[in-house]
Amino acid sequence: MRLAFIARRLAMLVASLLVASFVIFGALALAPGNPIAALSGGRSLPPSSLHVLEQRYHLNQPFFTQYWYWLDNALHGNLGISITLRENVTTLIASRVWTTAGLVLYASLIILVLGIGMGIVAGLRPGMLDTSALVTSAISAAIPSFVAAIALVALFAVKLRWFPALGNGTDFVSNLRHFTLPAFALALSSLAIVARVTRSAIREEADREHVQTAISRGIPRRQLVRRHILRNAAIPITTISGITIASLIAVAAVVETAFSLNGLGAYLVTSAQNKDLAVVQGISLVLVTAFVVINVAVDLAYAVLDPRVALGSRAQ
Amino acid sequence: MSELMPLARAGDAAPLVTVQAPRGGRGAVGLLRATGTAGMASAVVIAIATTVAVIGSLIAPFSPTLVHPALPFVGPTGAHVLGFDVEGRDVLSRLLAGATSSMLGPLAVVLGSLLAGTMFAVIAAWRRGLIDAVISSGLDILFAFPGILLAVLAAAVFGAGLPAAAISLAIAYMPYVARVLRGAALKERSQPYVAALEVQGASATTICLRHIVPNIMPLMVAQATILFGYAMVDLAAISFIGLGVQPPAPNWGVMISENQVGIPQGYPLPALAAGACIVAVVIAFNVLGERLFEQAQGSR
Amino acid sequence: MDAAAAAPPGSPLLEVEGLTVRLQVEGAQRAVLRDVSLSISPGEAVGLVGESGSGKSMTARAIDRLLPRGAQVEGTISYDGTDVMSLSGAAMRGYRKQVAMIFQDPRAHVNPVRRVGDFMTEALRTNLGVPPAEAARRAADMLGQVGIADGQRRLRQYPHELSGGMLQRVMIAASLLTEPKLLLADEPTTALDVTTQAEVMAILDDLRREFGLAMLFITHDLELAAAICDRTAVMYAGQIVEVRQSTLLHDDPLHPYTAALAAARPDIAQTTPRLAAIPGRPLSAFEAPEGECAFAPRCPHVRDICRAETPELIGLDGGLSRCARAIELRGQLTASLAPHGDSDG
Repeated sequence: MRLAFIARRLAMLVASLLVASFVIFGALALAPGNPIAALSGGRSLPPSSLHVLEQRYHLNQPFFTQYWYWLDNALHGNLGISITLRENVTTLIASRVWTTAGLVLYASLIILVLGIGMGIVAGLRPGMLDTSALVTSAISAAIPSFVAAIALVALFAVKLRWFPALGNGTDFVSNLRHFTLPAFALALSSLAIVARVTRSAIREEADREHVQTAISRGIPRRQLVRRHILRNAAIPITTISGITIASLIAVAAVVETAFSLNGLGAYLVTSAQNKDLAVVQGISLVLVTAFVVINVAVDLAYAVLDPRVALGSRAQ
Repeated sequence: MSELMPLARAGDAAPLVTVQAPRGGRGAVGLLRATGTAGMASAVVIAIATTVAVIGSLIAPFSPTLVHPALPFVGPTGAHVLGFDVEGRDVLSRLLAGATSSMLGPLAVVLGSLLAGTMFAVIAAWRRGLIDAVISSGLDILFAFPGILLAVLAAAVFGAGLPAAAISLAIAYMPYVARVLRGAALKERSQPYVAALEVQGASATTICLRHIVPNIMPLMVAQATILFGYAMVDLAAISFIGLGVQPPAPNWGVMISENQVGIPQGYPLPALAAGACIVAVVIAFNVLGERLFEQAQGSR
Repeated sequence: MDAAAAAPPGSPLLEVEGLTVRLQVEGAQRAVLRDVSLSISPGEAVGLVGESGSGKSMTARAIDRLLPRGAQVEGTISYDGTDVMSLSGAAMRGYRKQVAMIFQDPRAHVNPVRRVGDFMTEALRTNLGVPPAEAARRAADMLGQVGIADGQRRLRQYPHELSGGMLQRVMIAASLLTEPKLLLADEPTTALDVTTQAEVMAILDDLRREFGLAMLFITHDLELAAAICDRTAVMYAGQIVEVRQSTLLHDDPLHPYTAALAAARPDIAQTTPRLAAIPGRPLSAFEAPEGECAFAPRCPHVRDICRAETPELIGLDGGLSRCARAIELRGQLTASLAPHGDSDG
């Protein structure tokens, strides 16, 4: 029953990661020119460095063996060396991962608290507030994160001077200040979607027949909302929240670039520009893993929340 | 136009059952009218954007690429309605010219993902069984790649540029299209008229191309419209981070990136103007797409 | 509901007087119930029969204060001497304890994400403060009474693990846990297959008698109502058109509509060349013509007098009829769907 569902989902997770890692690694093979040229990013390197590259990537071995070595290394925490900075990719990632994680976490918090909060309020109280909320959410859902970024900077950083425009902070408190605008830029469009889905989920649940049954038994309003409306609406709300939070991982790269934050995303972009393939592969692997893990977590949460789930993926 | 297909063979006294193949065909205009004021307004915005995309460079009052090194970020003056950008180029002209690549890229993405997605969806729905399971699992695995990530990877391997970005996004979007269309195609597949056609000896390709696909066309159009909005956002983002359209080519995403430096200096107009263009067009596609989607669902 | 305020013995438990309900339908206020009056005595089972749109479900909902937002209600509903429409807070909860409702589609009316035990004991735990263990024990006992064995295990299951028939029995059991005095049953067996229907009806009937419950049994099936109800009321277009002792309803109806309903039901023992049907379609209250008998357009016995004004309820042979020609037509109303020669259609 449910165990089968969970097992199947975990199997899909492993399969996804394997295929993803293969694609990420395989990019090397697709690159124009020979692998050496791709790895060096078109730079000319001294023979000793070339030799090191050959050894490390086992370039004289068949493709799948290369892949296996790379994957094995990756699983052991060794993601290669950056061509440009000549440091361990793993070290480079580790020093930046908390920036990205912090940003995504902050944005997630905003989405969950504000998005779900506004959605619940709009859902439980039909009225004027509702229609204007709908229009606002339709508009903000269409604002891409980088547009939101520049707009927020223009208003809150330049004009009002409430928040800094760029860069990381030094300690926790200053980090909070530095990350607020980026987090809002990242969260804005997702917030609108989550609020809207929450609102309609609440509305739908409130109209359901089983709520009538509870009313006819005199269940007090507070318990009714908690046990029958919110609890049931939690299923679609969790699903959409999970999906939008997972999507933050990729978009974080754009926001980090816009705000000059020293995170994985920004580093990924600069590495791509510099054609530092090892770094790009390493970061891609980390991000894709995070993305897939969150999606699987959402599926599992769905199975926990909805006892009707037996097999198959989430109902849409 | 409908086709009446008697299940009995010619020569029998009367057909046992006649089954009619449904034909979607209210015409584009009728469909549009049914989307309401919001839908029609969005269609107008889209029409304007498309027109500008086609003739933008021709109607631009000034050169979109001519730099005036002495005039960075000068505000609106005279015929330069939106002022100058970071390199002293006329903002309005650059916006008009930039419409082309800003709209063309998403178009390519949508066409690519729609074509591939429809193909996989219809094959999976038609064959069902093992092939469906394989395709569906494959699609599920493809979901692991967010579009932007794939585009970045492609840029690192093939070099930055619009084609690489567009192809990556098309690949990343394809599973979403396929999933939605597969459901609709499955429903069509199980309609009685399909069985009737099969009995008559029509080939799988004929049935799929001449009957199933046209009947899921409303859903395809709705999906394509919504997807255009997403593709526009993603492509602009990729250009913004420097991995899509390369400066100094005019493009709304590029313009935001170029003129970003002006904001702390107190000149937000060029960047915000480009942003506004993107937002306006995306809203239009979102609204129209949603209306079309409701219609497509409603008519089932 | 304290004893001091209760009505004196012998008087009805539930008294509905002149109930008119208007709902917001597409922007306008439309009547769905018009001047409905009925009464139920303690321990009495009353059937409420009608087709879709007749207002039978709406009557039950009005009684149980389950009408949608924006509904306008005129008339009175009294339970045990107290005006139901004016209740609120604790008094309202007390009322809901005494009046229980079971619904048509058990799968839609039971929360699918909560366990059966939660569903059954919710009212006990929340409103009556019964400790969970005790509530569970009572629930398991009641499951046994409705014919579900292994109650403890069932309480831990989820609704989707039970069949429709079992779920309906669960709903019945749950409704009896608060020891109500009046049961409103809104087409409880319509969504079930025929065999299950018979089982559930039997259980309902048995338990009702055992607990001495009054019941309002809503259905579209005249025979079904007659089988377990002492009196039956027939509704058409939001009005009561006949109230009659169930045993007399089939053979001696007082209203042409009742006769038509009875005749329209095919009898398995007979052969007929075609199915009898009432021409036209059933109307809702707001669709019915004003100022005349609502059934006039479809009635085989219609005369000019029927179109003159909306008929009142007339008392006849211990029952009530809203037919202007009730007295003349007495005795002629059996199995009459074929129009008489002199009707002007």
